[in-house]
Amino acid sequence: MKLELRGITKRFPGVVANDGIDLVVQPGEILGLLGENGAGKSTLMNVLYGLYAPDEGEILIDGNPVRFNGPGEAIAAGIGMVHQHFMLVPVFTVTENIMLGVEDTNGPLRVLDRQAARARIVDISERHGLRVDPDAMVEDLPVGVRQRVEILKTLYRSSNVLILDEPSSVLTPQETDELVAVMRSLVEGGTSIVFITHKLNEVLAVADRITVLRRGRVVGTTTPAETSREELATMMVGREVDLVVDKTPANPGEPVLALKDLLVRDDRGHPAVSGLNLTVRAGEIVAIAGVHGNGQSELVQAITGLRDVDQGEVRINGQVFENDAREVYRAGVAHVPEDRTEDGLIADFTVADNMVLTSYWRPPFSSGLRLNGDAIVEAATRLVKEFDVRTPSIFVPVGNLSGGNQQKVIAAREFSRPLELIVAAQPTRGLDVGSIEYIHGRIVQKRDEGAAVLIVSTELEEVLALGDRIAVMFQGRIVDILDPPEATLERLGLLMGGTRPEEVMPDEAVETPAATAAGDR
Amino acid sequence: MTDERQEPVAPNAQPPAEKATDPSAVDPASPPEGSPRRSGLARTLRGLLLPALALLTAFVVGAFVIVLTDFELLGLWGSDPGAAIGASWSSIVATYGALLRGSIGDPGRLISAIGSMDGDALTSALVPLSETIVSTTPLILTGLSVALAFRVGLFNIGAEGQLYIGSLLAVIVGFSIVGMPWFIHLPLAVGAGFLGGALWGFIPGILKARTGAHEVIVTIMLNYVAYNFITFALRTDLVQREGRSDAISKVVEPTAALVPIFDGLRANWGILIALGAAVAVWWLLFRSTKGFEWRAVGFNPRAARYAGMSISWSIVTSMLIAGGLAGLAGAAVILGGSRTLSPGFSPGYGFDGIVVALVGNTRPLGVVAAAFLFGALRAGATPMQAATGTPLDLVVIIQALVILFIAAPSLVRAIYRIRTERTTGTEVFAKGWGS
Repeated sequence: MKLELRGITKRFPGVVANDGIDLVVQPGEILGLLGENGAGKSTLMNVLYGLYAPDEGEILIDGNPVRFNGPGEAIAAGIGMVHQHFMLVPVFTVTENIMLGVEDTNGPLRVLDRQAARARIVDISERHGLRVDPDAMVEDLPVGVRQRVEILKTLYRSSNVLILDEPSSVLTPQETDELVAVMRSLVEGGTSIVFITHKLNEVLAVADRITVLRRGRVVGTTTPAETSREELATMMVGREVDLVVDKTPANPGEPVLALKDLLVRDDRGHPAVSGLNLTVRAGEIVAIAGVHGNGQSELVQAITGLRDVDQGEVRINGQVFENDAREVYRAGVAHVPEDRTEDGLIADFTVADNMVLTSYWRPPFSSGLRLNGDAIVEAATRLVKEFDVRTPSIFVPVGNLSGGNQQKVIAAREFSRPLELIVAAQPTRGLDVGSIEYIHGRIVQKRDEGAAVLIVSTELEEVLALGDRIAVMFQGRIVDILDPPEATLERLGLLMGGTRPEEVMPDEAVETPAATAAGDR
Repeated sequence: MTDERQEPVAPNAQPPAEKATDPSAVDPASPPEGSPRRSGLARTLRGLLLPALALLTAFVVGAFVIVLTDFELLGLWGSDPGAAIGASWSSIVATYGALLRGSIGDPGRLISAIGSMDGDALTSALVPLSETIVSTTPLILTGLSVALAFRVGLFNIGAEGQLYIGSLLAVIVGFSIVGMPWFIHLPLAVGAGFLGGALWGFIPGILKARTGAHEVIVTIMLNYVAYNFITFALRTDLVQREGRSDAISKVVEPTAALVPIFDGLRANWGILIALGAAVAVWWLLFRSTKGFEWRAVGFNPRAARYAGMSISWSIVTSMLIAGGLAGLAGAAVILGGSRTLSPGFSPGYGFDGIVVALVGNTRPLGVVAAAFLFGALRAGATPMQAATGTPLDLVVIIQALVILFIAAPSLVRAIYRIRTERTTGTEVFAKGWGS
C-alpha cells in the first residue's frame, strides 16, 4: 500500500503545527521521520491516524483520496500506530489485549472466541518473528515484549502502514536490535513503516529514506547513504550542532557523595536498591547506565531526601540527612528530577514562581511569611536571560513552554547557586538536539567548577558522552564501573541486561565488593 | 505569587499526551504581541463575562418558571394569547422587581429619602440592603473557608460543623465575661469563634496528614458531631439560659456584641470582619510563603514534596485556617444577631459556602461577589413572596440555575457562541475525590 500526504496544513490558535507537508511512504519501505520536539511530527501522525482533521491538504492511499474521522477509520484503512506510551491492559493476557476492540465471538450469547484469536496471533507472530507467549499476563512482561504486543495488535488489525512513535526510547540496545529485525521482516512482507525518532544513529541504521521536519515544514528528504549524523542534526536544528560533548578529562577531588550498602524500598515495599555502594568525587561526573526500572528512581530519591533509606547510608560531604529534601538542598545539592512535569515543575505556576520553587523560603525571595515579589521577578528575569529560556514572559504558566524550555527552567533554578553535588535523572529525556547540547554544556561547566555530578540515564549516548566513570545498575545494585574507553555499547548493553561478560571479572567479584572497590577507586 | 489569577485545574483533567503535542506551546521564535503581562482589568472583565452570562441565563430561565407555574396565566394562553403575553411580561417584571426591591431597595424611595434628608425614611429605604449584608456576611466567611482549603486540594465539606463549634465558643466567651470594655471583650469573643472553628478544621486536617483519612468523609461526619454536641452543650448548666428547659444559651453581654452600623438597621460590623478576612486570605494565598506552599501542594503535591515542602504541614495549617474562617462565620452570626445560640440557627451557611466558593472560582474577590449575590437572593426572597405571591422556591430555583450554568461553562459558551480561549478551572470540582 502506498501512502501519500499532500500539502497537509494543521493550524492551532497562534501556531501552524504543520505547514504544507508532503510525504510519501512507498510499499515495503521504512521511512524515518526525524525532527525536534515541537517540529510537528506528532501532529502529522495524529492527522494521519484520524485524531485531527487537517485544515488543508489530503491523504491518499494508493492514489485515492481518503478522509478519516477518527482512529477507527484509519485502522480500517490499514494504518496502525504504536504509541510511545503503550495502550495495554496490564491484567489482561496478551491474547485478550490484542483482541480488545475487535473481539471474535461465538454463538448468540457472543462468547469471546479466545481460541480463534490465539491461533491467529500465533500465526502472525511466527510469520514475523515476534516471539510472544499469547497466554502471558501483560503485567508480567518486560517492556520490549510489551512493545511486540503493541505491534502484534496493529498486525492483527491487518495494518499495511505501521507508525512507530519513538519506539526505542524504552528499550535496551539488545531489544532495539530485535525490534530492528522485526521491522525488517515486516517490510519484507510488504508492510510500510513510519519510524518517528529524534535519535540520529537509529534512523541512519534502520531507515530506507529519511524525512526531516523543522517548525512544521519538511526541510528535506534524504537516504542514509547520502547523509551523515552531522548533516541530519543541522537539518533538524537549523544550525550547526556540536554532537560531541566538549569536555576535558576530569580532575576528581574529595569524595562528596558516598553511598554505603544502601537498601531502599519502592512504593510497594520491595527492595528497589539493595546493597549499593558508590562514591562520587568533586569535579567528576559519574553516569549510571541501566534499563529503566532497575532502582535508579529510588536511588535518586534516597539521595535527595525524598525517600527513606532502609539500611546503609547516604553521606553528602560526610553528613547524613534523613528524608529531608530541604536539608539536602541546604547542603548544596541540585536535583534535576526524572519527570520534569510531575516532579520538577508546577505546570500552572508561572515561569517566575517555578524559578524559585525550591528557594522561595529564603532571602531575598521572602522575609518571614511575606514573599518578596520584586526579588522573585528580578531573579526570574535574570535567569531566563542567562539560561536562554524561550518564553514570551516570565508570567506565563510554565506548562505552556516546550519540553526543552521547561528543562532549562529547572536547570536555571538548580544550577544558579554554589553547588556541592548535582543529581540529574534523565536530564535530557525528550529534548531536542539543541537543548541536549545546552544542558550537557551546563552540567560539564558545573563539574569544572568543582561540583560532583551523578547522572542517571537510560540513554547510552548520554551516559557515554557525559560520564567520566560509567556505573551500570541492574536490579538495584551497581554491577560494574567502567572507564569510558572500556565502555563499549555492546558491553554496556550486556551488563544492563544482567549478563556479565565472562572475561570482565571472576565470578565471586561480581557482587558488591567489586563495585565498592571500583567506587572508591 | 506573581500571578494570583491562576486557577486550580485538575492536573489530570487533560490527557498527558496533549502536553507533548500541545499546539499552543509557545513558539520561542515569535515574541508575544503587546505587553507581556495582560492588563489586570481586561483579565478581570474577561473572567467576569461567563459568570455574568450564567446569571443572565439563570434569570431568563427563571422567567419561564414564573410564567409556567402561574396557573391563571396558563389558562389565559388558551383563551387569549395576546393578553397572556402581556400578563406574563408584567408578572415577570413584578416578580423580579419585588426581588430587587427586597434585596437592594427601591431606587425611587432611596433617592427621595436622600433628597428629603429624612433619617427615618432613609433608614427604612436601606432595610433591604441591610438585610442583604446580614445574609452575605456568613456566606463570605464560609465561602472563603471552602475556597482556601480547595486551593490546597482539599474539600472542606465541614464548614457547617466548624461554624457551629465557632459559634459555641464565641457565645461562651460572650456571656461568661462581664464588665470588660468592648474593645477587649469583642475581639476575645470573635477570636474564640475562630479558635473553635480552627479546632474543628484541625481534626480532619491532622487525620488526613497522619493517616490519609479522606477529609470529605471526616468533615461530613464531624458536622453531625458538631451539631449534636451543640444541642448537648446547650442543655448543660454552663451554657443553658437560667430558667429555660429548651436548648438555648445565655445571652451574650452587650460588650461582646457586633453592633449595627446604623441604628435601626440590622447590618452590623460583622461585614467588616468578613471583608477583612477576604483581604487576609488573598494575602495569605498570593503574597505569603505559606500560600505559595499551599497552592503548590494543591496543584502538584509531588512537585511540592520535591521542592522540600511538607504536604502534611500544608494540609494541617490550611484546614486550621479554613476551619477558623467558618468559625468566624458562626461568631459573626451570633454576636451580630440574636446574641444567643440555639440549635439550627444556621440555614446551611456552611453548605452554601461550597457553592459560593465554586461560583467565586475560589478567588477571594470572587467569593465576596458570589456571597453578595446569594445573600441578596436570600434576603429578597421573602419580600418577593409577600409582594407577588411567587413562592420562595423560585429563588432556590434561580440559585440552582446560576450554579448549574456556572458549573457548565461550555453550555454558556455554546449558548452565547463564545470561543474557548483556554480550558478554565471550572471542572475543578472533579478533582480530589479518592485521592
